[in-house]
Amino acid sequence: MIDVGMMHFLVLAALIFTIGIFGIFLNRKNVIVILMSIELMLLAVNINFVTFSAYLGDLTGQVFAIFILTVAAAEAAIGLAILVVFFRNRGTIAVEDISELKG
Amino acid sequence: MSELSLAYIMPALPEIFLALASMALLICGVLMGNRQTFTLGWLTVITLAVAGLLVLGLDWTRTVTFNGLFVIDGFTAYVKMFVILGLIASLAMSIRYLYQEQMARFEYPVLVMLAGLGMMIMISSNHMLTLYLGLELQSLALYVLAAIRRNHARAAEAGIKYFILGALASGMLLFGMSLVYGFGGALGFEAIAAHLDGLESVPAGLVVGLVFILVGMAFKISAVPFHMWTPDVYQGAPTSVTALFAIVPKLAGMAILIRLLFEPFGALTADWQQIIWVLAAGSMIVGAFAGLVQGNIKRLLAYSSIGNMGYALIGVVAATQSAIGATLVYMIIYMVMTAGAFAALLMLRRDGRGISDIADFSGLSKTNPVLAYALAAIMFSMSGIPPLAGFFGKFLIFQAAVASGFYVLAVIGVLTSVVAAYYYLKIIKVMFFDEPQESCDKIAAFSKRIVLLCAILFIMLFIFWPDVLIETSVAAASSLFVAG
Repeated sequence: MIDVGMMHFLVLAALIFTIGIFGIFLNRKNVIVILMSIELMLLAVNINFVTFSAYLGDLTGQVFAIFILTVAAAEAAIGLAILVVFFRNRGTIAVEDISELKG
Repeated sequence: MSELSLAYIMPALPEIFLALASMALLICGVLMGNRQTFTLGWLTVITLAVAGLLVLGLDWTRTVTFNGLFVIDGFTAYVKMFVILGLIASLAMSIRYLYQEQMARFEYPVLVMLAGLGMMIMISSNHMLTLYLGLELQSLALYVLAAIRRNHARAAEAGIKYFILGALASGMLLFGMSLVYGFGGALGFEAIAAHLDGLESVPAGLVVGLVFILVGMAFKISAVPFHMWTPDVYQGAPTSVTALFAIVPKLAGMAILIRLLFEPFGALTADWQQIIWVLAAGSMIVGAFAGLVQGNIKRLLAYSSIGNMGYALIGVVAATQSAIGATLVYMIIYMVMTAGAFAALLMLRRDGRGISDIADFSGLSKTNPVLAYALAAIMFSMSGIPPLAGFFGKFLIFQAAVASGFYVLAVIGVLTSVVAAYYYLKIIKVMFFDEPQESCDKIAAFSKRIVLLCAILFIMLFIFWPDVLIETSVAAASSLFVAG
């Protein structure tokens, strides 16, 4: 058995966070995947907060994590609402079609 | 002060008032429907004015309350005053526009007020949690505002872009906060500062956390290289919303960035100065050169705002009390000029549609001379030509940079403001020397005229009483340096 220490949690969080960022920039398919990536980033942050909270013996981090979960829910709701507005206007949610504004 | 008493919640009175009022107005809106947007809009303006008076009536000496989550001092109260003024100006001039564009929904004024509430909480935060919640309240309201014209593809696209990049920025900011929490052991601003003061050497994780936080904040104030959302969002969003974006959140973002850098991270000045240096130089250069090729006035103003953030950041790099005062003066002058420019832009309509191409301005001096001269004064001021207010803003900033020994930054600033002058003056050239087009619609625009008149008077008369603004700004900045 390997000892699971703080470093393992931090590396896991950093990996998930990176996957989230790459999901936003490399994804060419559709916007839902971007919303999922944003969610991944926020959850990675939560892992970080809870880990630090446990290892510091301080509750603030866990309280922060609960606040992040709540705000993430609101954020996803607004993101999906804007996405619905976009779909009604353009009939598509492909990332490459979000390109009318440029210059 | 630990038990819940009146004195305990008093420092947050304007915020509490705004929160309750926004809920009350939302209920009014639901009951009365979209036909009463006009009434609701002006009620919101009055509510904001009352909140401003409440801020004025507060005790501006440093008070920390809500168990160290919330702070009020000279700096925060001063910035909040101007945030409220900006909200009032941008809302007052957009109410009639909402009807002209058939998007008069009662949510609009309420969302503006909620965004303002978020900004005020953010400015007053004394803990990363308050900062995050305030920032998100502001951002979520602004995402919705960007996409509020629901039958318009470009507005929806602007909303999506703003949402995705804003959420990415929030994620970065949070990741930075979590690292600061882990390696600094605390999230309260004072606790972080105390922890940093006691350290022999700063752990790398803390510096990485600081960098992530700065990236998140740079997104919010649209500093290069995190500016790419700005032109698209400015162009796609309805003009009244663009006016709000350009006038208010920039000031609030700059204020909380300054507080972050000087209060919790004051001990890392040498580290963050390099980052802000790059942000400032990049913003000035991109703002000046990318603006040269724009044909749409809203995109142009977006690049102008990116460039102006660069100038304001010079004062942050210089990191003295007078330099922070100069940044505040610069931001306030920029806010007034932008408010004037957007008031004029909202007034210009042809065949029932707002115009936003620079080519549509041709010959405005013949068809609409008063507006043309007003816009010309604003453009001269933005390009920094004395004796208008814009010159003094730039002068103070460059003076502060030179006083702190940042000569290269000052030189870049002067050169880029010469380049940027080209596109401001090009608008004047188009208005005064190109062939006139058919004249613009005659529209009633009382509140826009008032905003424009105030902006022009401010720009023209600033030279006679510059000390009023400069001295109060420097005095407001002093609370950052006493407390730290």
